Amino acid sequence: MPLLDVRDLTVEFPTRRGTLRALDGVSLALEPGEVLGVVGESGAGKSLTGTAIIGLLAPPGRIAGGQILLDGTRIDTLPEEAMRRLRGRRIGAIFQDPLTTLNPLLPIGRQLTETIRTHLSLSAAEARERAVHWLDEVGIPAASRRIDAYPHEFSGGQRQRVVIALALCAEPQVVIADEPTTALDVSVQAQIITLLKRLTREHGTAVMLITHDMGVIAETADRVAVMYAGRIAELGPVAEVVRQPAHPYTKGLMGSIPSLEHRVARLAQIDGAMPRLDAIPRGCAFHPRCPLAFDRCRTERPEMMPAGPTVAACWRTAAQPAQAMRAADA
Amino acid sequence: MPEAPLPTTAATAPMLEAIGVSRVFDVSRPWLQRVLAREGRLGLRAVDTVSFAIPRASTLSLVGESGCGKSTIARLSVGLLAPSGGEIRFEGQSLSVARAQAALRRRMNMIFQDPFASLNPRWRVRDIVAEPLRAFGLVHGTAERTARVAALLAQVGLAPSDGDRYPHEFSGGQRQRISIARALASEPEFLVCDEPTSALDVSVQAQILNLMRDLQERLGLTFLFISHNLAVVRHMSDRLGVMYLGRIVEIGPAETVFRTPRHPYTRLLLEAIPDLAMVGRARTPVGGEVPSPIDPPSGCAFHPRCKLANARCREEKPEQVAAGDVLVACHAVAEGRA
Repeated sequence: MPLLDVRDLTVEFPTRRGTLRALDGVSLALEPGEVLGVVGESGAGKSLTGTAIIGLLAPPGRIAGGQILLDGTRIDTLPEEAMRRLRGRRIGAIFQDPLTTLNPLLPIGRQLTETIRTHLSLSAAEARERAVHWLDEVGIPAASRRIDAYPHEFSGGQRQRVVIALALCAEPQVVIADEPTTALDVSVQAQIITLLKRLTREHGTAVMLITHDMGVIAETADRVAVMYAGRIAELGPVAEVVRQPAHPYTKGLMGSIPSLEHRVARLAQIDGAMPRLDAIPRGCAFHPRCPLAFDRCRTERPEMMPAGPTVAACWRTAAQPAQAMRAADA
Repeated sequence: MPEAPLPTTAATAPMLEAIGVSRVFDVSRPWLQRVLAREGRLGLRAVDTVSFAIPRASTLSLVGESGCGKSTIARLSVGLLAPSGGEIRFEGQSLSVARAQAALRRRMNMIFQDPFASLNPRWRVRDIVAEPLRAFGLVHGTAERTARVAALLAQVGLAPSDGDRYPHEFSGGQRQRISIARALASEPEFLVCDEPTSALDVSVQAQILNLMRDLQERLGLTFLFISHNLAVVRHMSDRLGVMYLGRIVEIGPAETVFRTPRHPYTRLLLEAIPDLAMVGRARTPVGGEVPSPIDPPSGCAFHPRCKLANARCREEKPEQVAAGDVLVACHAVAEGRA
């Protein structure tokens, strides 16, 4: 049984001009200790998937369908108070900007011990000891001295380390990391990714890593879900999705990323842009931009179907994977 | 290699040349607080004796992490900021002199990072694109202006009818196309592009990068390209300069720098970037972060993070030395330790 099981999740935003469906039938599962990457372009619904799982959807957004199960129990229907206890204890969260995640008016030690004592029955002294231990774990030098420092006394990379300590200190089973390194410089990004990978492996924590950076996913994740216009376009082991993507969108996305290894004359280009939520095309949402679209794509929405080593929501690859890929290469 | 002094005629001079350029920003506290705390003035040396030359119809890219001074150089290169020391030459003429002449000024332009902030939300696109035409008096009469704006929009892949709309009606990628159309309106030869795609999604980034390369080829443009994304830089550049805390630590032909990086910081950067080819590979990240430019380390600014640092690196600022066809500012490289 998967640790976290998202089934057919649908999120809607009622607006004056009608209901916008921001997530439409998203299904994914997270096994214990696994890193699942979620990539996509802005507005694809990747952050929203994370927010829905931790129960922090901003109103008027609401879960309009589907289920979220943690360890076999539904959590999307939990009352707010129960969800609050579960958040932090069983599902941790790491967000993009460490400055807004941390309270600027409280020393970091206070924020850590508060989190620890909310979720675990420990004395103040024990909680402080545990906080020092976690600061040490995430590589804050002289942790026992710096525990009483305020967030502004730390650099950006160190702040993100503190946020990671905060997310992991109650030892949750699942961590939702939403663009954890986007605000950081590349040399610091590498340190944070390595840290996150090491800690979650040591503690057997499952991670849902949400990012727009395919490079970060390639290096960190075990499996990856590629999202487009509120749906998952392709899901599979990271090596296969990167090297032999089945969905034409994934293929275009990989081709459009400039490489460090070699220089190409021209980047692959997907013309057009992702549709707005109020104008999602009928059938497959990608069909107006797809070089392989045929009649069926314009009328009937594809569901996830096995396509070689991955699963993809595409009529072409489902029908004749080999032939479709040759056509895409041509 | 130190570039030989060139005769300063327009035909042979590089499009843009920076000679020992520095820029210091005053970051002192207000006067009263300074007096009370008995502090002196505080200067931030954002750019520290930087030299480079950009030949015609080529692209020089500058990369580096936040605070390395790359955006300051972008602003210095088009005259939006004046250097505190050194000189910038446009076609062999001092930039401060060149900027005073409209005929020279219209030949340089800039594309900014954020297409949401760089377009006036109250203007129609056709007025935004026509602004340089009007400012330099390049067209006469409405008909000629309309035709020119339509041609400019078509050049960047937009429809002439898009001119009637406002910026908010466009996506990020389309807005960056509008910025490019505006930048091209005065028929410049030299464009400074400050992180032109970092606000865009990758598939849109690919469209804009392809467009910029097409335009460069078609119009013979010269680019100064500023980015923190090394993969984008590799795609765009002929020459590459790597910056750290206000100095260029390594500069040379892009392919050479990518294939055989010499400076320890260049190696760190190339090593640190997550790449699609990294599937399943582990890495050993380098520790430390970029220090504050207000109080940079002594000697070589990179020495606290450098594995090769010795006593000399801690005390003496390294000058650029030739290593093959690149210039590297590193004692370890100069001494043959790297």
